[in-house]
Amino acid sequence: MTPTPLKDRAAIVGIGQTEFAKHLEPSEKALACRAIAMALDDAGIAAHEVDAFAAYTMEATDEVEIAKAVGAGDVTFFSRVGFGGGGSCATIGHLAMAIATGQASVGVAWRSRKRGSGPRPWTDTVNQLATPAQWTRPFGLLRPVDEIAVLARRYMHEYGLTREQLGAVAIACRNRANANPAAIMYDRPLTMDDYLNARMISDPLCLFDNCLETDGALAVVMVSAERARDCRQPPVHVHAFGQGLPAQHHGMVNYWNDDPLAGPSWIAAKHLWKHSDFGPADVDVAQIYDAFTPLIPLSLEGYGFCGKGEGGAFADDGGLELGGRLPINTSGGGLSEAYVHGFNLINEGVRQLRGTSTNQVAGASTCLVTAGEAVPTSAVLLRRD
Amino acid sequence: MLKPLVDDDGAPYFEYAAKGELRMQTCANCGEVLFPPRPMCPRCQSTEFEWKLMSGRGHVWSFAVPRPPLLPDYAAFAPYPVVVVELEEDRRLRLVGNLVASEDAGAGLEAQLASVDPATIEIGQPVRAVFRQIEGLFVAAWTPDE
Ligand SMILES: [Zn+2]
Repeated sequence: MTPTPLKDRAAIVGIGQTEFAKHLEPSEKALACRAIAMALDDAGIAAHEVDAFAAYTMEATDEVEIAKAVGAGDVTFFSRVGFGGGGSCATIGHLAMAIATGQASVGVAWRSRKRGSGPRPWTDTVNQLATPAQWTRPFGLLRPVDEIAVLARRYMHEYGLTREQLGAVAIACRNRANANPAAIMYDRPLTMDDYLNARMISDPLCLFDNCLETDGALAVVMVSAERARDCRQPPVHVHAFGQGLPAQHHGMVNYWNDDPLAGPSWIAAKHLWKHSDFGPADVDVAQIYDAFTPLIPLSLEGYGFCGKGEGGAFADDGGLELGGRLPINTSGGGLSEAYVHGFNLINEGVRQLRGTSTNQVAGASTCLVTAGEAVPTSAVLLRRD
Repeated sequence: MLKPLVDDDGAPYFEYAAKGELRMQTCANCGEVLFPPRPMCPRCQSTEFEWKLMSGRGHVWSFAVPRPPLLPDYAAFAPYPVVVVELEEDRRLRLVGNLVASEDAGAGLEAQLASVDPATIEIGQPVRAVFRQIEGLFVAAWTPDE
């Protein structure tokens, strides 16, 4: 038996989020502060008790400014995890480690973005042309979607992944968003015909294979499992945590690996399950990072919900829908709720385990939340008592 | 068009490409061939390298066909194919590049990006290296190999 000091030692006790929209008036800093204040209020914990912050890169707001604005006390732990969307769940894992080891007592993780209003990062061609971009972008793989389109086409060739299977992923997320009033795609259904006839963005990926550029902010508050028992909300325990950066990996273009179709999720998963009392078969509901639809089947394989090459078939016949083998992205995910670099998946995982999701999985007691596949990644297994 | 970044590790690639040679960084100690170039051999930690001449032959591993929204230079020629080519010498040597209709497809961005109909490309098809200039730098491109 491996020692697992992290297991259930820390819990999420507060969540907060602003409105999601294509354009919001407040600044990213103001949105972050609002989300954090809401999360503290949800937890019933005073701001001056906050002594830890965790964020991930491509976050434009700064912990010094945030701490000062929200009224945090003296901060003894802060971390910034690299690689954008791959770091979402690592914020939870890092705070859990800080709390479990006594480095901090009340932790806040947050994400604030105005990508709905602002320019897209790939248009910044001056600052981004370093390894590996120098070997890919000049030839016209300009955007993350182009890089994933290459992987997707190879996946189709090797394992018979079909556009209809990717469509099933997009539709599962959209169906959940249709029932979630907070989602950008609330009440806007998507059919398979819509999907198959949509314009291509980077063939073989179409418009609906892409996430939504969104403005919005989210936050969570974490404390020790002991303290969590006395909080306002039922605690959501951080049962296990994993990060993954495979050997010979290059962010977004894993093409220089032995097997580019086995990405960072495979590494994060191996670690996560090793330190968990549960396995993939015990997961009641999952929130899987979906900047692009192919990341879902690739992640389903990486986290062990099916065999290699079987991720597409898993999505067929409603496998990802409510009542299916593994309901996913129950708030609509990045594809249909909001693309806030995956942080909305964390809040939705908490709601599922509190029993307050707009697409509640009856009796859900375990939820896997993952961060971006195809970049150095992270995942947490959340559970309730 | 975006210009590739020439750094210390990758500079020899561009120098050889200007002479019409596709050479890959190779560990002088253990012989491991590396792409992309880097400051240390991951197999033996040597920092001494040679640049080994490749056959220039490979196969299309995969490709994408981007469409707008794109940077304006590229949008003008979209949809265009971008291929990832596996070199014959080692399947892990996968290079991103453009597929051009023939060795003398002509100069300029249009020839580089849009001289091959994406509908004619197949995964696994044999290709060989030809050299093209991007913003004054020579790089390998690929052309169908019979
Ligand atoms: Zn070596």
